[in-house]
Amino acid sequence: MESAFSTANLSAIWLTIKLATVVTVILLLIGTPIAWWLSRTRSWWKGAVGAVVALPIVLPPTVIGFYLLVAMGPHGPLGQLTQSLGLGVLSFTFAGLVIASVIYSLPFVVQPLQNAFESIPERALETAATLRASVLDTFFSVALPLAKPGLLTASVLGFAHTVGEFGVVLMIGGNIPGQTRVVSVQIYDHVEAMEYFQAHWLSAAMVVFSFVVLLLLYTLNPTGRRK
Amino acid sequence: MIQARFDLAYPGFALDVDMQLPAHGVTALFGPSGSGKTTLLRCIAGLERASGGLLRVKDEVWQEGKLFLTTHQRPLGYVFQEASLFPHLSVRRNLEYGWQRIAASERKVQLEQVILLLGLSQLIDRNDPSSLSGGERQRVAIGRALLTSPSLLLMDEPLSALDTASKQEILFYLERLHGELDIPVLYVSHALDEVARLADYLVLLERGRVIASGALNDTLSRLDLPTAHLDDAGAVIEAKVAVHDEAYHLTRLDFSGGNLWVSKVERAVGSVVRARLLARDVSVAIAAPHGSSITNILAARIVEIQDEGADRVSLRLAVGGGQIILSRITRRSRDQLGLAAGMEVFAQVKSVALIA
Repeated sequence: MESAFSTANLSAIWLTIKLATVVTVILLLIGTPIAWWLSRTRSWWKGAVGAVVALPIVLPPTVIGFYLLVAMGPHGPLGQLTQSLGLGVLSFTFAGLVIASVIYSLPFVVQPLQNAFESIPERALETAATLRASVLDTFFSVALPLAKPGLLTASVLGFAHTVGEFGVVLMIGGNIPGQTRVVSVQIYDHVEAMEYFQAHWLSAAMVVFSFVVLLLLYTLNPTGRRK
Repeated sequence: MIQARFDLAYPGFALDVDMQLPAHGVTALFGPSGSGKTTLLRCIAGLERASGGLLRVKDEVWQEGKLFLTTHQRPLGYVFQEASLFPHLSVRRNLEYGWQRIAASERKVQLEQVILLLGLSQLIDRNDPSSLSGGERQRVAIGRALLTSPSLLLMDEPLSALDTASKQEILFYLERLHGELDIPVLYVSHALDEVARLADYLVLLERGRVIASGALNDTLSRLDLPTAHLDDAGAVIEAKVAVHDEAYHLTRLDFSGGNLWVSKVERAVGSVVRARLLARDVSVAIAAPHGSSITNILAARIVEIQDEGADRVSLRLAVGGGQIILSRITRRSRDQLGLAAGMEVFAQVKSVALIA
C-alpha cells in the first residue's frame, strides 16, 4: 500500500495551499473596493453588480468552469488577450486556475465585507471628514479598522472556499500533477483508482481542516458581540 | 462675516436661506424640529451639497458656483448630537485624529490646552471610549473638534442626548470655551435656555427659512416672533456685579436698565454676568408700589402690547437707556389698569435667573 505522505499527495496539498493563498490575497484586493462601492452607492448598478458577484453561489461550478474554459481558450476573448500579451493560453495552467478560483470565490469575500462596511454608521465617516480626513484616508483609518471582523470572515471564507472547490478546477485546470491537481481532484483520482486508504486520508484531512477553520472563525469572531 | 445662501429641496422639505452672520462669538440657529437647522449646518459643513449655493467664511470662499470644497477641505470643527467617538481608537488617539491631519503651522490649539479647558486629564489615558459617560464622550468630541484649530465650530444640538447633570457640566465648559478661544461657533438648538445662556446672536428658522436674525436680546424681545410666545419667553441682560450685601446675602447687579438685587453671586465685583428675566416673572404697576416684597422695581415705558392667547397679553418694556424686557400679564389686568403703548409704568421683577 502506498504511503499517505506520497509525493503526489504532498504536492497536491502544497498546490492547494498555494492556490488558496494567492486567490485569497487577490480576492481581498479586488473584493474590498467592490464591497465598499456596493455598501455606499445609491446607483442603479448596485443591484446588477451585486447579482453578478453573487452568481457563483447559485450556478453549478461546471457552468462557470465551462464558460471560463471557452473564454480562456485560444479563440475566447480572454485567450486572445493573453496570447496578444505573449502569455499564451491560460486554460490548464496554474494562472488559469487562479483566475477561475477568484471568480468562483468572489461572493464569499465580497458579501461579508459588504455587510461589515454597511454596518459602519455613515456618521463615523462624516466625523472623519469633519476632522480633515480625505475619503481614502477615512477608508484606511476608519472604515477598514471598523470592518476588521468582516475582513477576517472574508479571508477565511475565501481561503476555505477555494480549498474546497472541485468542479471549476476540473473544467478549467484538468488534472496536471504539480500544476493543477489540487487536493479535491486528487481525492477524486484516488477513488477512481480504488485507492480508498489514500482517499480517506486526504478526505479526513480536509474535514479536520474545514472544522478548524470554522471553529477559528466562530471563536475569534462571535456574532452579536459587536456593538 | 459669514455669508451663506442655500436652496435645497427634498420631498416634503425645502431649505431656502440667504443670511449674513457675524464671524465671532456664538450664533444660535434656533427653531422647532423640522425647521431645517441641522440641514443648514450640514450644508455649511459640506456634508450636504446644495448646488448653486454660496458660502463665504471670513475671507475664504467654501462654495460658490462650481467651486465646492468637500468637508475635509474646510477648516471647520463639527460636534454632532451624539459624540461619535471612533470606537477603535483610544481617547487620546480620538483627540489627536484631526490634529494629526493639519499642518503643524496651523495648530493654534494645543492638546494640553484642550485637556485643561475641558477637564480631560482623567480621561485621556482611557483606552475604550465606550467606557466613558455621555457627558465625558461629548467633552472629548468637542476637544477633538477644537484640536483641528477650526475657523468655524459647528455644533448640532450637542446637549440634546444628555441628562440634565451632564448638560450643566458641558454648558460650563462651553462658556469657558467662549471666553478663552476666539473661534466663532454656530450652535443649533431647540432649547431656549441653552440659547439664552450661550448665544450672542440669534437666527430663527421656521420651515426651512430664516424668519429673523439679530443680536440675542433684540431678537428674543420681539413680540412678532414665535420665541416671544414660548412659555419660557423672556429677555436676556448682561449686568455687572456692583455690590455684595453680606448681611442679607444679596448681590446688586447693574445694567443699562437699572439695577437688580439677586441672591448672592459668587463673583468678584466688576465681573459681568448674564441673567434671564422671564416674561412671566415680570409684572407691571402704574404707580410706584409701596409695601411690596418685590425688591426689584424698574421704571419702564410700554413700547408695545400684544395679545397672547385668550387670557394674556405680552408687553414689551423699555427700561433705562433702551434695554428691552418682556412682561406677560392677564388681559384683564391690562384693561383694568388701562395699559397702552407709550405709558410710563413700573416693572416688578419677581425673579432673576442668573445663567452665566
